[in-house]
Amino acid sequence: MNFSSDFFAVFAISPSWDVDIDDLGVRYRKLQQEFHPDRYATKSDAEKRLAVQAASFINQAFDTLKSPLKRAQYLLALKGVESEQETHITSDTVFLMRQIELRETLSEISAKEDSWSNIEALRADVESTYYELQAEFKHQYESDLFDDAFNAVAKMQFFTKLLVEIGQLEAELEDA
Amino acid sequence: MALLQISEPGQSPQPHQRRQAVGIDLGTTNSLVASVRSGMAETLPDEQGRHLLPSVVHYASQGATCVGNEAAEHNISDPLNTILSVKRLLGRGLEDVKMLGNQLPYDFQTDQGGMPKIATACGLVSPIQVSAEILRKLVSRAEASLDGALDGAVITVPAYFDEAQRQATKDAATLAGVKVLRLLNEPTAAAIAYGLDNEKEGVIAVYDLGGGTFDVSILRLSRGVFEVLATGGDSALGGDDFDHAIAEWLRQQVGMSESLNPTEQRILLETAKAAKEELTDSESVDIEILDWSGVLSRDVMDTLIEDLLNKTIRACRRSLRDAEIAVDKIDTVVLVGGSTRTRRVRDKVTEFFGVEPLTNLDPDRVVALGAALQAEVLIGNKSGDEMLLLDVIPLSLGIETMGGLIEKIIHRNTTIPVAKAQEFTTFKDGQTAMAVHILQGERELVDDCRSLARFELRGIPPMVAGAAKIRVTYQVDADGLLSVTARELTSNVESRIEVKPSYGLDEDEITQMLQDSFSHARDDMQARALREQQVDADRMIQDLLAALKEDGDKLLDTEEIQCLQVAVKELQKIRAETTEHRVLARQVETVGKTSETFAARRMDASIKSALAGHSLDEIEQG
Repeated sequence: MNFSSDFFAVFAISPSWDVDIDDLGVRYRKLQQEFHPDRYATKSDAEKRLAVQAASFINQAFDTLKSPLKRAQYLLALKGVESEQETHITSDTVFLMRQIELRETLSEISAKEDSWSNIEALRADVESTYYELQAEFKHQYESDLFDDAFNAVAKMQFFTKLLVEIGQLEAELEDA
Repeated sequence: MALLQISEPGQSPQPHQRRQAVGIDLGTTNSLVASVRSGMAETLPDEQGRHLLPSVVHYASQGATCVGNEAAEHNISDPLNTILSVKRLLGRGLEDVKMLGNQLPYDFQTDQGGMPKIATACGLVSPIQVSAEILRKLVSRAEASLDGALDGAVITVPAYFDEAQRQATKDAATLAGVKVLRLLNEPTAAAIAYGLDNEKEGVIAVYDLGGGTFDVSILRLSRGVFEVLATGGDSALGGDDFDHAIAEWLRQQVGMSESLNPTEQRILLETAKAAKEELTDSESVDIEILDWSGVLSRDVMDTLIEDLLNKTIRACRRSLRDAEIAVDKIDTVVLVGGSTRTRRVRDKVTEFFGVEPLTNLDPDRVVALGAALQAEVLIGNKSGDEMLLLDVIPLSLGIETMGGLIEKIIHRNTTIPVAKAQEFTTFKDGQTAMAVHILQGERELVDDCRSLARFELRGIPPMVAGAAKIRVTYQVDADGLLSVTARELTSNVESRIEVKPSYGLDEDEITQMLQDSFSHARDDMQARALREQQVDADRMIQDLLAALKEDGDKLLDTEEIQCLQVAVKELQKIRAETTEHRVLARQVETVGKTSETFAARRMDASIKSALAGHSLDEIEQG
């Protein structure tokens, strides 16, 4: 099967930062209704294999577009900017300082008396920066400033990781 | 089974021809089989009217085996030959099995391949064989009840079952001669039973505490689509553990020594189990054991099981986090599994989710009912456009990298089917082979995760270190089963493996076991196999002719059409003449191969029309 179409085309929408996630979900489920392997359970092995490939492709497309970070990386990849490569943000000292500061805050939380309110404050702080970066990306991407947009993505990557770590710490605190 | 049916999904080419499909709940303590009759799912009873089949197999010395209630009668008199809770051993290696050793008093041995087997009066049996006995019993019950052979079954597995456990379940089905339409996760099955019954919309949490396994799933249900957002649990935690906790308390009260013989162990466990069940309705229970008598109150039992329950609540919390759903966004909570009858379990779940759980369907039967509903859709009796399941993989899949570390390729709770590729390179000059070690689990180190399979990509042309590009692709199908491909991109050398976990059976072993078990009924099997092949052949002929008529001119050139027509004619001839099922099977396969391109083009065409917005236009109204 030739899936040369891009992930946006799968859902019959045009490539853009702005994606209506609810609408995307409706389109996604509609497509899976048609191509999920369960629809081909009594069909030939060849058709089953095709259905597995089709459904996998649709799942990957949905997974990519619904996540802000993956969507941003994918938009840049469509423009020929590969986000896997090393970033330029290592020379951004302001960002570096902020990174170090946030990491320190995170590592000190579990030792503190009032861990929960501290972690909530940190989460709020990180999330608001994350949203700012998304707005920054949108602006740069739409102005064709792909190098700047690439930097924004690299920063988003750091904040996504940090949010995961905050989640892990919350889980540890809850289970303690 | 290769059959080519190219009619529209959900449309049966012969609407009047009903196919027989069942749902099977292969449980730790009890198993059930259910089917849909006149639109209603119901569990099927045996001749005595019993729906639950105890998952117990007894091996007697003359080579006779019995299954179910009959087998359970030997539980105390012949513990070593009476196999209970075999699901806990399914897909497990010797080390896992040894860890359960003091709970399951069997005589474990290993075969040449290092696979754990149980020594019985009938010789060594593997957990897969024991499970197959249970499946056979259920299938014959279904065939008697439905008055005909089965065309397929949906078999449920705990959502938290790993790759090896899933594969072992599928192997057991193959051994029992059951065509598996789908392995379905138990909580998802329960959600189907409830969702379709109550026409629910919204977010559902399913808390499934069975005899030996615990699962929790968070699902979103909208317009007939069941989307699993996250799943979690513990494939070695269940009501059995409550029994063991109570039995241990009893042992101390009675003052028995720590090393019990198998019969004493069984007596303690049976007493513990009976006490637990009685405490569902009463505040305390009088217990007599040997020459000791005493009282167990519900409060005391609650403290004995508290730690186990807290473990389940932690898993619920983690699944909510994975699903990115706040606990107050849960609309419905469903309780599944016999162990949710325990009062403290209900209270704990209600307290955590803040919602009174639904219990109007029998917690022992709900999984089988859901499986039957899904089987009905998959087999094509029901036009399928009203229901779809989007399930997830419960544990991350990764690959070993330098230093005994794991790089995750597919993360847990990713919707399946899924394919992910990652590129690696060589680290030595002139390196011509690369070892691929496939693992499952959440931890960072290889030693802490389950090893699923290893294979080698050979024949990489010698290059300087870092020049080769090796793409490793993980593909997980809708049953949650994995296949892995490795390909060197500059030379196109490829190597692939269907992941057969280290604890499964290999093909030869299955074939051998099948032959052994069927040798006494070889003629029956021949006849049955021939009949199945004939059904396949008829269907294929009919579908292919219809497809040729509809799309042949559009999608094929004259030569291709002729080629297919000749193939169909040959198949029709063999179908009419042969009594040898293998001959017919070969021809069915040949025609299947010949028509593969045609099938692919038809599917492509249908995808294109959907992606062109043809069906998306209707979303707004839908």
